Amino acid sequence: MQVKSKLLFLSSLILIFVINLFAGSIDPYFYTVIIYIGINIILATSLNLINGYTGQFSLGHAGFMAIGGYLSIALSTYFAPFFQNTFGTGVFGEAITFIIVLLAGGTAAALVGLLVGVPSLRLKGDYLAITTLGFAEIIRVVIQNMDVIGASQGFRGVYIYNNGVKAPQMVQDLGEMSNIFYAVPKFTNFFWTFLFVAIIIYYVHNLINSTYGRGFLSVKDDEIAAESMGINTTKFKVSAFVSGAFFAGIAGVLYGHFNLYLNPEDFNFLKSVEIVVMVILGGMGSMIGVIIAAVLLTILPEFLRSVSEYRMIIYALLLIIMMLTRPQGLFGFKIKRKKL
Amino acid sequence: MLEIKDLQIHYGSIKAIRGINLKVPDGSIVTLIGSNGAGKTSTLRAISGIIKTAGGSITYNGENITNLHPEKIVKMGICQSPEGRLIFSNLTVEENLLMGAYTRKDKEGVKDDLEFVFSFFPRLKERIKQLGGTLSGGEQQMLAISRALMSKPKVLLLDEPSLGIAPLLVKTIFEKIVALNHSTGITILLVEQNANLALSVANYGYVLETGEIILEGKADELAKNEEVRKAYLGE
Amino acid sequence: MSEFIQQVINGLSLGAIYALIALGYTMVYGILKFINFAHGEIFMLGAFSGFYIARLLGFNESSIIGALIILMLSMTTCALIGVTIEKLAYKPLRSASKLTVLITAIGVSLFLQYTGQLVFGADPKSFPTLLTNVNFKIAGANIGSNQIVVIVSSIVLMFGLREIVMRTKIGTAIRAVSNNLTAASLMGININNVISFTFVLGSSLAAAAGILYSINYPSIDPLMGILPGLKAFIAAVLGGIGNFPGAVLGGLVIGLIETFTVGYLSPTYRDAIAFAILIIILLVKPTGLLGKKEVEKV
Repeated sequence: MQVKSKLLFLSSLILIFVINLFAGSIDPYFYTVIIYIGINIILATSLNLINGYTGQFSLGHAGFMAIGGYLSIALSTYFAPFFQNTFGTGVFGEAITFIIVLLAGGTAAALVGLLVGVPSLRLKGDYLAITTLGFAEIIRVVIQNMDVIGASQGFRGVYIYNNGVKAPQMVQDLGEMSNIFYAVPKFTNFFWTFLFVAIIIYYVHNLINSTYGRGFLSVKDDEIAAESMGINTTKFKVSAFVSGAFFAGIAGVLYGHFNLYLNPEDFNFLKSVEIVVMVILGGMGSMIGVIIAAVLLTILPEFLRSVSEYRMIIYALLLIIMMLTRPQGLFGFKIKRKKL
Repeated sequence: MLEIKDLQIHYGSIKAIRGINLKVPDGSIVTLIGSNGAGKTSTLRAISGIIKTAGGSITYNGENITNLHPEKIVKMGICQSPEGRLIFSNLTVEENLLMGAYTRKDKEGVKDDLEFVFSFFPRLKERIKQLGGTLSGGEQQMLAISRALMSKPKVLLLDEPSLGIAPLLVKTIFEKIVALNHSTGITILLVEQNANLALSVANYGYVLETGEIILEGKADELAKNEEVRKAYLGE
Repeated sequence: MSEFIQQVINGLSLGAIYALIALGYTMVYGILKFINFAHGEIFMLGAFSGFYIARLLGFNESSIIGALIILMLSMTTCALIGVTIEKLAYKPLRSASKLTVLITAIGVSLFLQYTGQLVFGADPKSFPTLLTNVNFKIAGANIGSNQIVVIVSSIVLMFGLREIVMRTKIGTAIRAVSNNLTAASLMGININNVISFTFVLGSSLAAAAGILYSINYPSIDPLMGILPGLKAFIAAVLGGIGNFPGAVLGGLVIGLIETFTVGYLSPTYRDAIAFAILIIILLVKPTGLLGKKEVEKV
C-alpha cells in the first residue's frame, strides 16, 4: 500500500513535469481555468482535512489563504532585488525564490492555524465555525489597514526608490527621484500548482491511512471513546488544523503569483463559503468527492458567466438541498446521521 | 386498562425490548422491576410516545395509542414522572406544576389541583417561588410526581421514584403513592430497581430482564418467589 | 465630555438594535442548540418589508401612527417568513447532527441575501423617512430624536418580550423546552408549536430592529443583515447564550465598544472589534457574562 502510493506519487510528479513542458501550447483561457482548478483542489482538500476528517468545522479558510498570499507577494516584491542578486533571474533562481516564498507563506498560515487551532480544542461545532469566521474577518480587516501591502486598494507591486524608500504606491514627494517598480512576479505555472496538488493528496492519503489516522477516524464522532482508546484527539485535531492552514497558505501563494494582484475582498466570507461548498458537495471526508466537486465548481461559474447573479443562489440551494437530502455529499457513501 | 402487546423497541441494531406483554388494570398498582438496562425506562418512554416502537401495540381502554404524539397521550390521561426527575431547574416550583397542566384548558380545575398537590406535599407549597434546581433530591421527586399529577392523569407512570433519595424520604413518597391510589383510584405503573419496595406496594408485578419479561405474578407471590429473591432482593 | 455623552447615546442606540437581534439568536439557541445564521437576513427583510409596505400604503409624510403601522406589518411579515423557514429548512433536520443544521442555516442565509439582490436589486435603496429627525443638545452633545426613538422603542419591545416569556403559558413553555426538552414533551407540551412561536418572537424582534436601524441609517441593501447579524450573535455569546438579560447586556456592550472604537480609535476597525471580543470571550469565559455553567450530558 505504502510503496504503491509512493510510486503513484512519483510517477504523477514526472507526468506533471512533462505536461508542463507543453503548457505553452495550451490556450491561455483554458490554462487559467486549469490553474484555478488546481488551486481550488488544494483549498478544498485542505479544508476537507479539517472539516471532513476531524469533525471540526472551519468557516475561515480564506483567512489562511490571505496570510499565505499576502506574505508571499510582499516578500517577492519588497525583496525582489535581494532575490535577484542572490539567486539570479534564471529559471533556477526563480525556482529557488518561489520555493522560499511558498514555504514562507505556507508556514505563516500554519502558525496562524496553530493560533486558531488552540481555541478549537475547547470549542465545538457552531462556536468553532463562528470563531474561525471571526479570525478570517479580523485578518481581512487588518490587511485592509496595512498601507505597506496596499490596504483596501489591493497590492500589485512595490516602488523602490534609489534612496531606499519602498512603497506600494507612487510617493508624491519622491516623484523627482528615480524608482523601479517591482510587480508581483508570475511564478505560478502548471508545474508548481499541480506539484502541490500531488503533495497534498499524497499527504492527506498517508495521514488518514496511518494507524493513527485510522484510529482517529473510527471514533471521531465519539471523543470519549477515542480518549479511552488512548487516541490523542487533541493532537490529531491540531495537526489537521495546522496542516490544513499550511496548504491554504500555499494556495494563497499560488493564487497571488498567478493573479499578480491581491485585494482584501478576495478573501472575504464568501470565499470561505465557496470552499465549504466544495467540501460539502463532494462529501465531507471523501477525498475523491471533494476533488471532483472542486473541479466542477471551478468550471460551473465559467458556464454561468452570463447569469452570474445566480451563482451564489445556486451555491446556497446546493447547501440546503444537500443537507436535506444527502448530508454525506454527492460522492460520500458513509451515512453519518446521528441524534442531537 | 393500559395494555401492551408484543412491544418491541430497537436502538439501531440493538434490540432493547423484545416483544413484551403487560396489563395495567384500572385502579391497580402494577410494578415493572428489573436491573439497570433491562429496558424499563424504554418501555415507559414508548408508552408516553417519546420514542418510537419497532413493533407490537400499546392500547389504552381499547384504543391504540402506539406511537401517538406525546401531547395526545397526556391528553388521554397518561402522564409520567420520569427517571432522574427531569425537573425544569430554571423554572419555579409553581411554573413546573403549571407546565404539568399544560394540556389542560380548565383554569379553575388547575387551581384546585394545585391546592390538592400542595395538600399532598406541603413541602412544595413552602418552596412555591423557588427555582426547581434549588430543591433537594427528595423535594424534586415530589415535584416531579406532582407535576405529572397536574395533568389530571388516569394512569400515572412512575420511573424510579426511589432513585438517589434519602431512605426516609423514599418511605414517605411510597406511602403517598399508595395513599394516592387508594383515595383517587388512580392507576399506577411503577418502574423500580428497588424490587422489595415496589412489590410491597404493588398488586401485580412483572420482572424484566434484557428486554424480555421472565416472570410475572401477584406482587406478594413474586416477593416470595425464590428466583426473584435471589436476583433482586439480594438473598 | 459632550463628545463622550454623544458617543454613549450613539452606542446605546446601536446596541439596542443588536440586543433586539441577539434575543432571537438566544431564544433559538436555547431550544434548538444551533446558530440560526439566517437571523441577520430576517433583520434585512424587516427593513425591506418596511420599505415596500410604506410604498404600498402610499406613505409619504412622516407620522407616528404611520410608522407604527409599518412597524407592526413588517414584524408580522417577518414572523411569517421566520416560521416558514423553520418549517421548510430546519424542521426536517430535527434529528440530524448539529453540523448539518448549521450548514443548512448558512445556506438559507446566503439564499436570502442573493435572492434579495435579485428581487430587490443589489443597489442600496433609500428608506422612507418614517419620523422626522429633530436634533437637540443635551449637555453640549448633539442628539437626534430618532436615536431616542430607537432606544425607547427597543425598551418597550424588550419589556413586551419579557412579559410574554415570564408571564404567559406559552412563554413559560419556551423556557421549559429550552430547560429540558424531554421533560417538556412528557408533559404534553407540543414542541413544534413552541419552536414555531419562538421563531415568531425572534423574527418579529429582528424585523423591528431592521426598521429601527433603517430610521437612523436609511440606506438599505440585501447584504445589510450580514454584519449586524454576526455582531448580534456575538452579543448573545457575550451575554451568555440562552440567557435573555445576557443578550440585552451583550448587545449594549457591543454597540458601545463599536461606537467608541469608531470614535476614538479608527473607523476601519469597527467590524473587527466584535470578532476580537468573541474570540476573547470564548477563550476566557465561554459561558458568557451572565451564563451559567451547564454540564453537558454524556
